[in-house]
Amino acid sequence: MAAQRLTGFYAGLAAIVVIGAGALWLARRSGQGTGPQVVDPAPAVTPGSFQGYVQGSDSAPVTIIEYADFECPACMQFAVLTGPDIKRRLVETGRVRWIFRDFPIEGHRNSMPAHLAAACADEQGRFWEMHDQLFFNHRRWVLESRPERRIRDLAGAIGLDDKRFNECLSSARYRDRILATRQIGVERGVSSTPTFEVNNLRVTGALGFDSLRVLVDRLSPPKP
Amino acid sequence: MAGAALALAGLFVSLYLWLWKIGVLGVLACGDGGCETVQLSSYASLFGIPVAFVGVVGYAAMLAVALAGLHGRAAARAWPTTALLALSAGGVAFTAYLTYLEAAVIHAWCRWCVVSAVIVTLIFVVALVGLRRKSWLAVSG
Repeated sequence: MAAQRLTGFYAGLAAIVVIGAGALWLARRSGQGTGPQVVDPAPAVTPGSFQGYVQGSDSAPVTIIEYADFECPACMQFAVLTGPDIKRRLVETGRVRWIFRDFPIEGHRNSMPAHLAAACADEQGRFWEMHDQLFFNHRRWVLESRPERRIRDLAGAIGLDDKRFNECLSSARYRDRILATRQIGVERGVSSTPTFEVNNLRVTGALGFDSLRVLVDRLSPPKP
Repeated sequence: MAGAALALAGLFVSLYLWLWKIGVLGVLACGDGGCETVQLSSYASLFGIPVAFVGVVGYAAMLAVALAGLHGRAAARAWPTTALLALSAGGVAFTAYLTYLEAAVIHAWCRWCVVSAVIVTLIFVVALVGLRRKSWLAVSG
């Protein structure tokens, strides 16, 4: 009787092991990002409205739109680990035009100040420097109950005009634009960050450089 | 038996968080990003050791003790249950401290950490009930 109970018990434990190991395996697979999904390539942005922060050549054969949240750790991971390679090997070589779109996640209380700061830096032509400051110094502001002071320090580090930046940040005048950009993402089916639209292919997750390069190569084979 | 099953479940939860922490898993399934916020905070390591790894070791120890208590002479003795009670009491105390940090310092909730807190509390209750039952059997037998 006792032996039968033990056999049943070990069968139960084996089931937990199978479920647990299977869940970890699936998590590892999904952690590499989703496979590409085809999305509607029609422009979601009406003429004259804000399309996002752009870098790279207008004539680049591939456009990648990134929907990201400055507080999101996966976005930080992507910006720190993959971003520099993307910029050097795809954007600066003219193969990719990169567009960053605000996608502050509801519930991330420090996201909006960070997105406002990036918009204010853009007023002074320094969006990408602020983008890097926010992601590379994530720990310095992301857990603060009042992140504005730390964010102002980051603005000072890239030489922004303090007075203009502070006035802009306090006014929150880009709030509506940021929320409108986020809404574009929602309407495009974005539900997590970072999400990328590589021409008409959508992929999600903190992708490595090779994962994105493969897609770019597929859409526009590199010249020999 | 319930203690062993719970310890095994807890082992997988802490293994999941630890594997993410060391970069084996790319994205945590957490909903609102609270897990990442907590796991990337300075409180996610203790003397340089990831807290999630402390969980892996703790649950593995609880699983080993719980399994040992099912076999041979140990099954009739109180020490495996006492050891399980001691380990889970340490786990409950440590988890209470981490939960306080989430609520009062980090201001973010890691759902998987909450799941782990529930599991270790259940192990503690199971061990407490088991020890009382063994004491009662020893007195009545």
